[in-house]
Amino acid sequence: MTISRLTIHELHELLIKKEISATELTKEHLDRIRRLDSNVKAYITVTDELALKQAEAVDKKLAAGEKIGMLAGIPMSVKDNLCTEGIQTSCASRMLEGFKPQYNATVLEKLKAEDFVMLGKVNMDEFAMGSTTENSAFFHTRNPWNPDCVPGGSSGGSAASVAADLAVYSLGSDTGGSIRQPAAFCGVIGLKPTYGAVSRFGLIAFASSLDQIGPLAKDVTDIALIMNAISGYDKKDSTSANCNYPDYTASLNKSIKGMRIGLPKEYLGEGIDSDVEAQVLAAASKLEDLGAHVEECSLPHTRYAMPAYYLIAPAEASSNLGRYDGVRYGLRVQAKDVASMFCETRKQGFGPEVKRRIMLGTYALSSGYYDAYYLKALKVRNLVKQDYDKAFTQYDCLITPTAPTTALRKGNNQNPLTLYKSDICTIPTNLAGIPGLSLPYGVDRNGMPIGVQLLGKAFTEPALLQVAYSLEQNTSLTRLKPNQGKGI
Amino acid sequence: MDYEVVIGCEVHVELKTKTKIFCSCPTDFGGEPNTHVCPVCLGLPGTLPVLNKKVLEYAIKAGLALNCEIAQFSKFDRKNYFYPDLTKAYQISQFDLPICKNGYIDIETDKGKKRIGITRIHMEEDAGKLVHQGNTITTSAGSLVDYNRAGVPLIEIVSEPDMRSAEEVVEFLNSLKAIIEYTGVSDARMEQGSLRCDVNLSLRPVGQIEFGTRAEIKNLNSFRSVERVIQYEIDRQVDILESGGKVIQETRTWDESKGRTYSLRSKEDSDEYRYFPEPDLPPVIVMEDYIEKLRAELPEMPKEKRRRMIEKDGLPEYDAGIITASKALVDFYDAVHTHYGDAKKISNWIMGELLAKVNAEGIELNALKIQPEQMAALLKLVDSGEISGKIAKKVFAEMFETGNNPGDIIKKQGLMQISDETALKTMIEQVVETNPKSVEDYKAGKTKALGFLVGQIMKQSRGQANPAVINRLLVEKLNSM
Amino acid sequence: MISREVVETVAKLSRLYLEEDEIVLYAQQLSQILDTIEELRQIDTDNVEPLAHVMPVENVFREDMAGECFRQEKVLANTTEQMDGMFQVPKIV
Repeated sequence: MTISRLTIHELHELLIKKEISATELTKEHLDRIRRLDSNVKAYITVTDELALKQAEAVDKKLAAGEKIGMLAGIPMSVKDNLCTEGIQTSCASRMLEGFKPQYNATVLEKLKAEDFVMLGKVNMDEFAMGSTTENSAFFHTRNPWNPDCVPGGSSGGSAASVAADLAVYSLGSDTGGSIRQPAAFCGVIGLKPTYGAVSRFGLIAFASSLDQIGPLAKDVTDIALIMNAISGYDKKDSTSANCNYPDYTASLNKSIKGMRIGLPKEYLGEGIDSDVEAQVLAAASKLEDLGAHVEECSLPHTRYAMPAYYLIAPAEASSNLGRYDGVRYGLRVQAKDVASMFCETRKQGFGPEVKRRIMLGTYALSSGYYDAYYLKALKVRNLVKQDYDKAFTQYDCLITPTAPTTALRKGNNQNPLTLYKSDICTIPTNLAGIPGLSLPYGVDRNGMPIGVQLLGKAFTEPALLQVAYSLEQNTSLTRLKPNQGKGI
Repeated sequence: MDYEVVIGCEVHVELKTKTKIFCSCPTDFGGEPNTHVCPVCLGLPGTLPVLNKKVLEYAIKAGLALNCEIAQFSKFDRKNYFYPDLTKAYQISQFDLPICKNGYIDIETDKGKKRIGITRIHMEEDAGKLVHQGNTITTSAGSLVDYNRAGVPLIEIVSEPDMRSAEEVVEFLNSLKAIIEYTGVSDARMEQGSLRCDVNLSLRPVGQIEFGTRAEIKNLNSFRSVERVIQYEIDRQVDILESGGKVIQETRTWDESKGRTYSLRSKEDSDEYRYFPEPDLPPVIVMEDYIEKLRAELPEMPKEKRRRMIEKDGLPEYDAGIITASKALVDFYDAVHTHYGDAKKISNWIMGELLAKVNAEGIELNALKIQPEQMAALLKLVDSGEISGKIAKKVFAEMFETGNNPGDIIKKQGLMQISDETALKTMIEQVVETNPKSVEDYKAGKTKALGFLVGQIMKQSRGQANPAVINRLLVEKLNSM
Repeated sequence: MISREVVETVAKLSRLYLEEDEIVLYAQQLSQILDTIEELRQIDTDNVEPLAHVMPVENVFREDMAGECFRQEKVLANTTEQMDGMFQVPKIV
């Protein structure tokens, strides 16, 4: 039995049966990180002492016969843009190197209440801007399936850590696909919840109206279990949804018979790799076999989502990243006056992609351009959302590719525009605020995993999980493991 | 050439909430630097704002008191600029959809009545405080930043460019200050910085319709500096125009000690705030019934109060004007009036003794030790003849210092007026005996001698003898001799 | 095409010093990105409301009740540039 391969619910069974202790489980993962992370390079910070302390506390509870939660004692990783009190939270940027937040993100507080075990903080594209994790200021993370490929991004460290069994699950963030695309590239499951379902308090903002925190895990049940822990209203986040939250595991076993599933044509064809398209169609036909009605549909404004996104996200980012001025925390480059201190600090603290997006956003918001760019983008955003609203009057969910291709090769991603286009399948979801789930579904001609994406209207995560679960239970294509010889 | 001066004001008013606008840190003044600070107002990465409901309530109340329309739909925006006193490199403010608009204040100057338009009122957060190491911002070697004030709630009140003289501006600010103070949403004290005024001033040749280029002047911390800066700027701009130059649109700062303004930044920089809707705050939707509830909670405004004091209480216009200029004074007056009927006597004491003491000792009206009921009691003691007016002033001084009851002070210091005839007769006997010359003079028809004798008795009684009674008894005594 | 002057102005507004090669590169890349964005002009949005908040949330308030603040040491925990309990910065003008 390889413990590190198991899921949350499988490990939970072992823990409560006392077949393994939380400390053993944690040590096993820390040991794997020590041995294997030099190949994957997922972790920026390993918090081994803390992890062992947290595990020990769970073991004490177990020894005392106390009931433990589903996530208790399960070792996991956290994207380095979620604030962890007293532990470096760098956003993979020189700007925040050494920055130890004075508070915990709400999701971390929630996990703490569940007796979680944090192995460490994982790599990402700097300030979550990128699709390859090559924009990390520190090092590149490798795809566990093929070290010559990127793990995707921006939550590349999260996806790679789960795929390489260096964490049972991970928390990432998704602004334009940053959970789903790396999940697809690394063959794990990733969910971007409905905007407002998970508190953003403590998530270092990239684009506030698009950012959501979400889980990456090894199976659908695990995703549901993590959502049970991290979702919910938070009075510290004014955009948090104040509503009843479901038990996300409740719908898993329900039949999808009679479910109406749309297959938007704009997400197929030109620009989509043929192997990827084939697997999406295969998944759709599997769903039909399972009793769902699948039919082609149309989301006519899909092509405009990318340009709208590349105005809205940089505009918000240019404002969100203004606070890194060297005064209160993070990097400070000394200079003769305040203005040059600001400019020098930001010049040396930010990498090229971050600077590019700040410039783009500043330009889009400048007087004289606001109406033509930013305001126009907000209107287009509404059109994109209306497309979905209409579609969801006819369909319970939609099925699309997660990304146009499988994992990209490393070191060949210089043209920003080409890279931006790799997010075309995930970006519209963030603009509309709806949930999106990426599920592995087979591999391409090179043996790299393919992700299919399920989209639903706001707060229908249970339906997405239900569809994903029924695929998972009825095929062998969703639980894939990297070829250990070829990979790490 | 003759020029007409055109002035508009932007007034920042600090709201009197217990906590900051977007977090639960206290707004209290004082305290060690950076101790009224939390992750939110420190702008730590990942933190988010949540609007203090009281701020909305206060902004609406101010708007209603200033005759504004209240927006049913309002939202927050980010005003982006870099400055070390700003923790996020943006100020959360309101741009195109402020909470209030289209109001006015009616003012009165020597030239008559005039209506000054209020363009808008919006909610926003204050910045931190910079302490310059050195004398001024321009000569300082470096600065220190304290974020205790960062996130304190403000409303910015923007007037129309309706004012044409320093006198009108001062009258506008006085009225505005009184109205805001009446609503109870702010102390509105310029000296303490809870009311701050920026002045926009331009000149145009008399008869011209288009406005000239304006300068915005900041850093005015008293009504006196507002008056001075307006005169200074008029002179400065006239000089420029007369010598064929052009006024530049810019922000200038007032140096109180030098009595002049300096350019801070030109328009090109200051105009690029890159406003956009604040994604972290949902819009604010205000229902009619909520507005009406707040309207009902508003106290009487200075104008109505003044009219009522004149018509119902029978006070002279002058007295009513002075008392209504300050809400605290009106409250004091009203409270005394519920215990004591003679309005004019109350106003005499307020305008005389009370304000003299307050001004001399620089005490805030809402921090008075003397209570209105005590003031009423004092006036009643004078009316009933238990103390003289002169003693009353002495007692008042003591009350002002200590907050003690007038009765206790009088008893403790033995200041009761002596009207007891037996006691007074004994004193009269004594004085008549020791001053035979004056008695003779009186007998000889020199009535002046009577005054002298009364004075002697008053002196002996340390001012406590009732002068009217003494007069009667003394004349009786002398006539019987 | 975005000129180098515009790039310089935007960099100044963003408080970023740029090297000469960066100015050239960003001028070219931003132009390229904006060309793609020009596609948006094709859509008629005259009767479309801008969507700033994707979820229909409104009127989220907190009560005016004081909570806990940080101790001064904690406020200053992530900087060494401090004096007398305040953050220290070089001269402003």
